Amino acid sequence: MAEQAAIRHELAANLTVQQIKQLERRSRRESLGRAWYKFSRNPLSIVGVATVALVVLLAIFAPWVTPYPKHAGAFTDFAHAKIPPSLEHPFGTDQIGRDVLTRIIFGLRSSLLMGVVVLALVVPPGVLLGLLAGYYQGTWIDTVIMRVTDIFLSVPPLILALAVASVLKPNLWNGMMAVSLMWWPWYTRLVYGLGVALRNEYFVSAAEVTGASTAHIIFREILPNTISPILTKMSLDVAWVIIIGSMLSFVGLGVQPPEPSLGTMVADGSRYLPDQWWIAVFPALAIVVVVLGFNLLGDGVRDMFAAEEI
Amino acid sequence: MSTLNFLVRRIIYSVFVLLGLSIVIFVIARIMPGDPARMAVGARAPQWVVDRIREQMHLNEPLPVQYGYWLRDALRGDFGLSLVTQRPVTSDIREFFPASLELVLFSGFLSAVGGIGLGVLSARYKDTWIDNIVRLFSYAGVVTPSYIFAILFVLLLGWALKWFPIIGRLSEEVTAPPVVTGLITLDALLAGQFGTFLDALRHIVLPALSLAMGAIAQEARITRSSMADNLSKDYIASARALGIPERIVMGRFLLKPSLIPTVSILGLDIAATFSVAFLVELIFNWPGLARYGMQSMMHKDLNAISAVILILGAIFVTVNIVVDIIVAWLDPRIRLSAARSA
Amino acid sequence: MTVPPLVEIKNLHVHFSVYGGQLKVLDGVNFVMRSGEKVGLVGETGCGKTTTMKAILRVLPMPPARIPQGEIYFKGRDILKMSEGELAQIRGRGISMIFQDPTAALNPVFSIGEQLEAVIRYSSDQKKPLSPQEVHQRAIASLQEVALADPERLLRSYPIQLSGGMRQRVCIGMALATGPELLIADEPGTSLDVTIQDQILRLLRKLVEEKNTSIILITHTLGIVREMTDRVYVMYAGNMVEVAATKELFASPQHPYTRGLMDAVPRLTGGGVSDGIPGRIPNYLNPPPGCRFHPRCPQAIEICRREKPPTYKLSEAHEVACFLYADNGKGTQSS
Repeated sequence: MAEQAAIRHELAANLTVQQIKQLERRSRRESLGRAWYKFSRNPLSIVGVATVALVVLLAIFAPWVTPYPKHAGAFTDFAHAKIPPSLEHPFGTDQIGRDVLTRIIFGLRSSLLMGVVVLALVVPPGVLLGLLAGYYQGTWIDTVIMRVTDIFLSVPPLILALAVASVLKPNLWNGMMAVSLMWWPWYTRLVYGLGVALRNEYFVSAAEVTGASTAHIIFREILPNTISPILTKMSLDVAWVIIIGSMLSFVGLGVQPPEPSLGTMVADGSRYLPDQWWIAVFPALAIVVVVLGFNLLGDGVRDMFAAEEI
Repeated sequence: MSTLNFLVRRIIYSVFVLLGLSIVIFVIARIMPGDPARMAVGARAPQWVVDRIREQMHLNEPLPVQYGYWLRDALRGDFGLSLVTQRPVTSDIREFFPASLELVLFSGFLSAVGGIGLGVLSARYKDTWIDNIVRLFSYAGVVTPSYIFAILFVLLLGWALKWFPIIGRLSEEVTAPPVVTGLITLDALLAGQFGTFLDALRHIVLPALSLAMGAIAQEARITRSSMADNLSKDYIASARALGIPERIVMGRFLLKPSLIPTVSILGLDIAATFSVAFLVELIFNWPGLARYGMQSMMHKDLNAISAVILILGAIFVTVNIVVDIIVAWLDPRIRLSAARSA
Repeated sequence: MTVPPLVEIKNLHVHFSVYGGQLKVLDGVNFVMRSGEKVGLVGETGCGKTTTMKAILRVLPMPPARIPQGEIYFKGRDILKMSEGELAQIRGRGISMIFQDPTAALNPVFSIGEQLEAVIRYSSDQKKPLSPQEVHQRAIASLQEVALADPERLLRSYPIQLSGGMRQRVCIGMALATGPELLIADEPGTSLDVTIQDQILRLLRKLVEEKNTSIILITHTLGIVREMTDRVYVMYAGNMVEVAATKELFASPQHPYTRGLMDAVPRLTGGGVSDGIPGRIPNYLNPPPGCRFHPRCPQAIEICRREKPPTYKLSEAHEVACFLYADNGKGTQSS
């Protein structure tokens, strides 16, 4: 304790907070250019960005780019049911005559929405709790937050999400709520670890000796330095959330018919295996492509923030 | 003494985690809309029956007291009656659990052997075509959910090539061996019915492999990268420099430290397999916990849901303890530092 | 018939592949030593001392390292051309090595006994394998040799349970347990307290003298070199820049880098502290053309910027790679 205080005094004597901040800002700006260089050096990252961009554009403009926009809803045409892939229906039609390609493109919407909404719901509270527990490390605040986190982490997220979703009314929003409820602890633990380490850094001590408020230290000193691991985790997590979301839909606890969702399409289609394989296989491949795209993007983000390899 | 100490502390901590989990489950079960008593007896039962059930289920007491009753019963293995089957939840679970366990054990075995094997192969032949194929496979494995693998396997290996059956645990014409453990492969061996064992084995390959693919891919990735990292460590250079033959350096002095991260992740993967097994069991019509769990979720059968989740939580926690023990046994740094801080 | 030198390195180049190109770490290293010699190798951190020594034992991680050209002879046989089997004969029994950082050189997940006994077992004659009891006895003996108490218990311990000084002793014991003809000691004790470092070096000197082992001692502490070696090589940025008998080198250093190195040592007797050598070891990705030292050299002349200096022989045992001596002796082209 005395040692720390000595370090703080020494710091206050030698460097002003402004100087430290300036140094930080400069290094951050420099690293931005280098980050893009590192990201773009791996061609797979570019493939990831392109895939994600394509998927997002298709989802947004689904009503205009799909061949049979009407098939996205409760449309039936038994005369054209179970048609194998052809020029008219590149991915075939499903058990009640709807174009599979059209439904896949519309299905992207709920997958992407799930990924975005869940992360938007999960990251702020998860990060905030992690920051608090890290800042008040060793106090009861730390204990309470981290023990609760441990409990949630002690069960596979899918199981609890299934349980929560099952007691709620099954639909996309409740599915998102269920997944969100299980997802925040991962961020809390990540930020907690980082926060504890940063707590003892000089620039935090420097801010403390100059009388900065707790809020200032948490949000202006510690938080900015946890951003890159958080972003990395988020970019990799989108893929996981989409997978979990598709699993919820697969068992009927997510998006409800006739609304198209990739998971539901795979589940429905799997009943027509193996003869009408296209009903299940194309939505399944669509999930793989989307998840792969986000994963490549996420790996690129990780490379971007990784330390230089020598 | 030190190892024991470490173990005891680990177990005590896990008990607290499980208690916490039980509270979470209880809260979820109680805050959901609807009257549990009304659900238990059905919509057409007269009000006085509902009231009596409310009394029986202690639903008129304050929540903490209700939790106390619930926990007491749960600890005795009494989770109440299942709404769907009208039988005690515990006996339902006893019936369905072995099939899931068998599946998860097989998939864990495949993950360990396949993942470590491929990882070592990839590291040994780093930057050759073997390595590239393994890496490509790992990538595909990590990004593809298990139920999609299940569908692909059903189509390719089951339907197109007809290598493996795709439904259930045994062929129709084969009679099941007498139940001892509930694991058909093991029971068949115990009964000395080798033909039945082979049939059961053929049935379990595809579902177990679908479940294992993700873990195999992840283990292979981790093993490869930790072997590659450790290969440039000084202790490897030192072992070589002091004349230890290459096969001993690779197979012993490089492998053991490199497997530590793999084993940690493998444990988590196996424990998590139980939850993913839900979907794979549905596809292969595997009579495990999944069908039961899904049924109970669809019917909001709270007793069954709570029991299934609590049991899966307990398994998860137990597997984690086992993994911690194995890792501590492999890695003296963890074992000794845990002992020191105790 | 002349006896070939114990070790002879000819024009050794080592490159490391990294993002952005090749680090040209060794740039034509030449080195000779006879059996029974005690040779020092000095130079700044990062000048390639350890890389050279790891190359002798072929324990550089490859990739990223590669050896585009050069030869390394041990008793007249080229190590770089040996098969794994032949190499196994040399490692341990012929040459063994004490690594710079004892903590990194010991495998963290094996007990001292498992590691030491493996070294002893495989460095013994494989046609007449030792019994486990004999291996154990020898392991105990080698720990006793490096003055470690309670060897039985130590064999059961893991590296994490030992102090830095104990780990260093274990490493020395392990390197000598093979009974090597040549011991390469890479900055032994650098990571330790000065007093413990002193003990370690005394121990090392005693053991080497008792067993009459040849030694290459890598260090950047000139005092140690003066005390322990007969002859010294001075290395700078992947080149041997000067070699001389230890006494002569200290009495009359010739290469500007060697002089700077000597000046950089603070003296106890009078005089101020020198500035040392300004600047840093060059970037190996794009090393300076010509003499790699010229950007830091106070006496650099025009030719230093263009050409790599050959080695000039000043006397029988004194050679220097610097154009300042072009008139004094006969240059021998070295790269």
